[in-house]
Amino acid sequence: MGFLEVRNLRKDYASHTAVDDISFVIPEGSIFGLLGPNGAGKTTLLRMITGIFYPDQGDILFKGKTFNPEKDVHSIGYMPEERGLYKKMKVGEQALYLAQLKGMTEKEAKEKIKYWFDKFDIHAWYNKKVEELSKGMQQKVQFISTIIHEPSLLILDEPFSGLDPINSNLIKQEIFDLALNGTTIIFSTHRMEQVEEICDRIILMNKGKKILDGEVKQIRHDFKQDLFRIGLGRVPNFAEVMTYHFTIVSQEESGYIVKLTEGSTTNDILAHFIRQDIPITSFQEILPSINEVFIQQVQQIEEPIN
Amino acid sequence: MNKIWLIIKREFTFRVRKRSFLVVTLLVPLFFAAMIVVPVLIATSANDEQRIAVIDDSHLFLNKLPDEKGIYFKFLTETAIDTFSKHYEEYGYSGVLYIPAIDIDRPLGITYYSSGQPGLGVESHLNRYLNNRVEEVRMEKAHIDIEQIKGFKSNLSIDFRSGKEEKKGSSVIAYAVGYSSGFIIYIILMFFGMSVMRGVMEEKVNRIAEVMVSSVKPFQLMMGKIVGIAGVGLLQFSIWVVLISMLRLLIPADVMNSAAQGNGNNNAAMLEAASQLRYVMDSINWGLIITCFIFYFLGGYLFYAALFAAVGSLVNEDPTDVQGLTFPITLPIIIGIMVMIGAVQHPNSQMAVWGSIIPFTSPMVMMARIPYGVPGTVPYWQLGLSMSLLIVGFLGTTWVAGKIYRTGILMYGKKITWKEAIKWIR
Repeated sequence: MGFLEVRNLRKDYASHTAVDDISFVIPEGSIFGLLGPNGAGKTTLLRMITGIFYPDQGDILFKGKTFNPEKDVHSIGYMPEERGLYKKMKVGEQALYLAQLKGMTEKEAKEKIKYWFDKFDIHAWYNKKVEELSKGMQQKVQFISTIIHEPSLLILDEPFSGLDPINSNLIKQEIFDLALNGTTIIFSTHRMEQVEEICDRIILMNKGKKILDGEVKQIRHDFKQDLFRIGLGRVPNFAEVMTYHFTIVSQEESGYIVKLTEGSTTNDILAHFIRQDIPITSFQEILPSINEVFIQQVQQIEEPIN
Repeated sequence: MNKIWLIIKREFTFRVRKRSFLVVTLLVPLFFAAMIVVPVLIATSANDEQRIAVIDDSHLFLNKLPDEKGIYFKFLTETAIDTFSKHYEEYGYSGVLYIPAIDIDRPLGITYYSSGQPGLGVESHLNRYLNNRVEEVRMEKAHIDIEQIKGFKSNLSIDFRSGKEEKKGSSVIAYAVGYSSGFIIYIILMFFGMSVMRGVMEEKVNRIAEVMVSSVKPFQLMMGKIVGIAGVGLLQFSIWVVLISMLRLLIPADVMNSAAQGNGNNNAAMLEAASQLRYVMDSINWGLIITCFIFYFLGGYLFYAALFAAVGSLVNEDPTDVQGLTFPITLPIIIGIMVMIGAVQHPNSQMAVWGSIIPFTSPMVMMARIPYGVPGTVPYWQLGLSMSLLIVGFLGTTWVAGKIYRTGILMYGKKITWKEAIKWIR
C-alpha cells in the first residue's frame, strides 16, 4: 500500500480529455516525478490530487483512505506552476495567513515562520511588502508558505521555473532534506534532466495518458540498448576490432562506444581486447537518459511501427 | 467556517488599514458638509458688500429701496449718468442703477451698470423692490388703497395627511429622502461591486488564486471577499452617519448666529421654517426607512457583488477586457437608477411598482418609494414580495457566480467570453 494511490483517474474538459485513465502508487517518503510535455495533463492531475478539481472517474487513496479534500488539504503543501503572493501584503502576515488557512494556530504558525525565516535568512524582511522584495526573495517566501504547515505530501509543479541557480540549489537541498525526514514529494516538470537528479520514481504522461511508470533506475535499465563505452590504452587497427561480439557505434578520442551483439556478454568484449593485448583503461555501460526514453516512447506511440 | 472567517478578516483589515479608506471615509462627510455650509457662507458673507449708487431721474424711488444683507443704496442727485457710469468705481461703488424719467405705465430704460455680473442677490433684490414701487405708484395713481390690498393677501399652507392614521406628510421630504437613498444605493452597488471585482482580478493576475484554492474552496474565497468588503462598507457607512450627524449638530448653531447678526426678522423667519421642517420630518417613519435601507443596501450589494466577482474571475491580464465583461452587469444597475428617478416622482406608476419588485432594480427603486409611506404608497405585499425576491435573487446570483468563478479563476492566458462562462454554470 502506497502513501498516495491513484486509480483510473479521468477528467474531461469540454474539448478534450485532460487525464485519461491514470493509475500509480507513490510509496511514503519517496520523491515522485510527474513528467510530460506541456499539455500532457500534469496540472489537471495535480489539481485533482490537491482537491481543487473533482475527478470525473476513478479514486484517490490518501494514506490508504479515500481522499477527503476538506480534511486532507491540511496534510498537503501545493506550490502550483502559476503561483504568486498578495503584492501589497506584508511578508510575515502573508506567511501567517497562508499557514492559518492550512489549519495552523497563530502561535504555531509564528514559531514556524521564525524558524524558516531565520533558516532562509529573510527575517529582516518580515514587515516589508511583498512587492518590495526581489524575485528571488519572493520565491523563498513562496516556498516557505508551501511547507510551513509541515505537509506529509508536498506537491511542486515546475518548482524551478524562474528560479536563479542559487535559489534552485537551496530549494533542491530542502527537497532532499524533507524527503529524508519522511515527506512524500510529487515533483512535476517537463524538464527531464532534473528528474534523474532528484526523483526516485516517475510516471511519464503524454496527452492525458500514462506512458510508463516505475523506478528511475529500473526504467533506464529496462530501456538500455546494450551500449558500452570502452577506453583503450592505444588505438587498435582495423583487423583488431573485427569480431561478432560487438559492433562499433562511434569512435571516441581514446576508445569506442560499442553495441553488444545478442548472445554475447560483456566479458566477451573484454576478452576480445585482452587477447589482442590492447590495454583497457575503462569500461562502462551507457544507460539511456529519461529524456531519450521519453522521446522514444512518445514516438513509438505516435508513429506505430509499420 | 473558520477559514471563511480568516478570509473575511483579511479582506476587512487589509482594506480598512489602507490610506485610501481613511481618505474616502473623511472626505465624504466633508464634501457633504461643504455642500451645506458653503452656500450659507456665501449668502451670509459680510465681506461681499455691495454699495450701489442710484441716479433716479424719475424721482419715484427715493428711499424706497431698503438696504439689506450687504446691499446698500446711495441716491445721488446732481450727477449725470453718462459720465458717472464710467467712473463709479473710483468713488467706491460696485455698481450704478440708473432710472430715467420713466412713464409709469411703460417703465423702460432702467439700467444697472457694473464691472462684472451683479450676482443673484442684487438682481432679485432690485427686481423685487423696483417692481413693488412701480406697482405702488400705479395703485396710487388709480386711487386704490394699498393697505387694503395688503390685507387681502393670502399665504395658506395645506395640511397633507396620508394613510388611515392621517399622518402628516410632505411630498418634498419624501422626494428628497427617496431620491437620496436610491442614489446612495446606486453608488454603493457600483463602488463596492467594482471593489469586489478588482479584488478578484488582483488574485487572478497575481497568481495567488491557485495557491489559495489549494487550502480553501473557491466558494469560500469568493464569499469571504464579498462579506469582508460588505463589512468595510458598513463600517464606512456608520462612520459617515456618526460624522454627518455630528456636523449637523455643530454647523446650524454657527450659521444661525451669523444669520442673526444680519437681520432680526430674518432670524425669526428661519426659526419658524426650522420648526416647520421638524414638523414634516416627524411625518417620515425614520425607523422603517433606515431598516429598509440597510436591508436593500445589503441585499442589493450581495446580489451584485457575486456577479462582479464572477466578472473579475473572467478577466485576464488585458485590462481592456474589463469593460466588455462588466457591461451586462452595470447595465441593469444603470436601468435601475433611471427607473428610480422616475419612481421618485410617480411612486405608484407601473414601472415604479415592477421596478421595485424585480431584484435587479429593486434595491434602488424600492428605496425611492418607501419614504412615500408604507402601507399607503407601498402595500405590505409589495414590500414583502420585493424583499423575498431579493433574497432568492442573491442566493441565485451567488450560486451562478460561484460556478463561473470556480472555473474562471484558474483559467490563464485565454480570453474568456460570457458565452463560454455561461456554459460552466451547468
